[in-house]
Amino acid sequence: MVKVILDNVSKFFGKVKAVIDLNLRIGDGEFVALLGPSGCGKTTTLLMVAGIYKPTKGKILFDDKDVTKLPPRDRNVGMVFQSYALYPHMSVYDNIAFPLRLKKVPRNEIDRKVKQVAKLLRIEELLHRKPSQLSGGQQQRVALGRALVKEPDVLLLDEPLSNLDAKLRVVMRAELKRLQKELKITTIYVTHDQVEAMSMADRIAVMNAGKLQQYAPPTELYNKPANLFVAGFIGAPPMNFIEGLIKEINGEYYFDSEYFKLKLVNEIGEIIASKTSETIMGFRPENAKIILEEKPNTIQGKVYVVEPLGKDIIVNIKIGDMIVKILTRPGAELTPGQNIWLQLDMKKIHFFEKQTGKAII
Amino acid sequence: MALKISRKMLPWIFLAPMLMMIIFSWIAPVLLTVYLGFTDLSSKNFLDFIRNFFTENVHLTLENFEKIFFAKDPYVVEALTITAIYVVSVLSINAIFALVLSIAIAYFVRNEIVSMLLRVSWLIPRIMPGIIYALVWNWFIDPKYGLLNTLLKFAGVPEALLPESWLLSPPYSQILMIVVNGYVGASFGMIIYTAAIKSIPTDIINAALVDGASDFQIARHIIVPLLKWPMLFVISWQTLSLLSSYEYILMIWGSGGGGGYAGIARAAKVMVWSLYSYSKAFAAEEHLYGYASALSLILVIVGVVLIITYFKIFGFRRLMEPSRIEV
Repeated sequence: MVKVILDNVSKFFGKVKAVIDLNLRIGDGEFVALLGPSGCGKTTTLLMVAGIYKPTKGKILFDDKDVTKLPPRDRNVGMVFQSYALYPHMSVYDNIAFPLRLKKVPRNEIDRKVKQVAKLLRIEELLHRKPSQLSGGQQQRVALGRALVKEPDVLLLDEPLSNLDAKLRVVMRAELKRLQKELKITTIYVTHDQVEAMSMADRIAVMNAGKLQQYAPPTELYNKPANLFVAGFIGAPPMNFIEGLIKEINGEYYFDSEYFKLKLVNEIGEIIASKTSETIMGFRPENAKIILEEKPNTIQGKVYVVEPLGKDIIVNIKIGDMIVKILTRPGAELTPGQNIWLQLDMKKIHFFEKQTGKAII
Repeated sequence: MALKISRKMLPWIFLAPMLMMIIFSWIAPVLLTVYLGFTDLSSKNFLDFIRNFFTENVHLTLENFEKIFFAKDPYVVEALTITAIYVVSVLSINAIFALVLSIAIAYFVRNEIVSMLLRVSWLIPRIMPGIIYALVWNWFIDPKYGLLNTLLKFAGVPEALLPESWLLSPPYSQILMIVVNGYVGASFGMIIYTAAIKSIPTDIINAALVDGASDFQIARHIIVPLLKWPMLFVISWQTLSLLSSYEYILMIWGSGGGGGYAGIARAAKVMVWSLYSYSKAFAAEEHLYGYASALSLILVIVGVVLIITYFKIFGFRRLMEPSRIEV
């Protein structure tokens, strides 16, 4: 297994800048997710690690070895494609055996390894079938088998679960994570699904428009988003954002939006005021409480609509022209148009600079 | 009710023009060929024949087939040999050389514009009127003014090996016949193959690269097996069209002057079966329509047998099987 280092890597296709100055260090045996919306450069990054694309600038290192200019076959990487990319004319057995045959591994050794991988992935009874005779989940296992059979130093997964149905996806998520921990292969996992990234990865690299936004473990990403993009991308329903000014009145700090004024904890207010006055406040849907009578330092709003999810409900609340979403347990009957007050958990609110979108606190 | 009937009729209404074309241009001629093959129709009894068309007054006979199968026509064996050489060689160019060419152009040449230019340049003879293509060849091979001999000498071919006339001295004339037809025919295979290669998902090629395949191994293990269907199509199509095609031979050897093309083609040993059949009907003094039809009928039968064989070899039934998907 190896460490993977991307050192100032960029990839341009003509005028299109797919990846810009990407720096990533992926530890030996680590499971890292590249997360971002479509077109953010995550798959391009993966293909550069695989060796399919050559970076326009920068270097890629496996441990201390510069692999930037090496073709894919000299890198010992295994990859699962979003489409699985199984060879349609070969049986499952031949698909899995293909990388070994190219390496001129002896026939009985190939047979042993293919059967071993098939057992690991529970596809032994499918070995004689053609890919067209497999379901999506089975194809995905075969693709994984083909990637694992050559005992790669780095495993690259490009949205491997996106073609599976919701139920199977949840099962395979856990399965993949267990497998990765068991085999301890350095893994890069590309996904646009933040739940997948959060639930599986040791660390997540959030990308947008070709640039790395934040690279941190899932909890840190959730609790301390580095900027507005990360804050809005991670978490469902997404974080609520409200624009406003920070004002100091008689030594006390207030967040003043168009529709309400909120008194801040003094230390927090000081820190924010020292940087900027124009801010965007963010709070997660689960970090606010709905109360039915007015209390000091609350925000008044009206119930807009209620979305039941089973265990929880999402309450959409209209504050002036804005709508915020609050995640809470079903309790008191809430009817649209009803007046309510929001009590924010002041320790869990975020502030971002309006100009740059960078997190202040 | 009216809607129901029209729903049933609708496909037939749409198909009617096509079916009419097939009936008049394909089925009717085949039936006519079968019928004429068993008659002694020639220019001598043409008017009588027209009068008695499809009545019992027409003299039905097996004579034509006796001539073919019992070697009563001494030229049949030679025509057969030349046709075999012609079909097999040109087919190899059209199907196999075109495959190599297509993989080179569509896979190894990564630059899309260069690839397109190469494809177009190979297409030029196909978009050129056939007679011009034939004339260009006639000039090209001319021993006095043509470029071919000069080029070959320049490439180091000793003069003793060069023919006095590419047109008339076998086996040079036969090589010429193969090259002329192969060059045009390869463009057909190339179009089919390059389209098929371009439609192979990039993911599959990338997967093979990651699996450790070199470009050559990708061509051999991924591209060629995935072109099974286009290959079946190109081989079947080209076999049929080669069996019945003689137009370039007719144009090149027919423009040679003196004695008519039939004589020249025969002397040059480029008289393929279909041209022989054509010459029997339209060139020779006697205009043996009946005999020519019998010769054509043999071609049709050979064509059908070959197609069935190809389908068997390529596992047509297995290719047509629906996939069994279990969830």
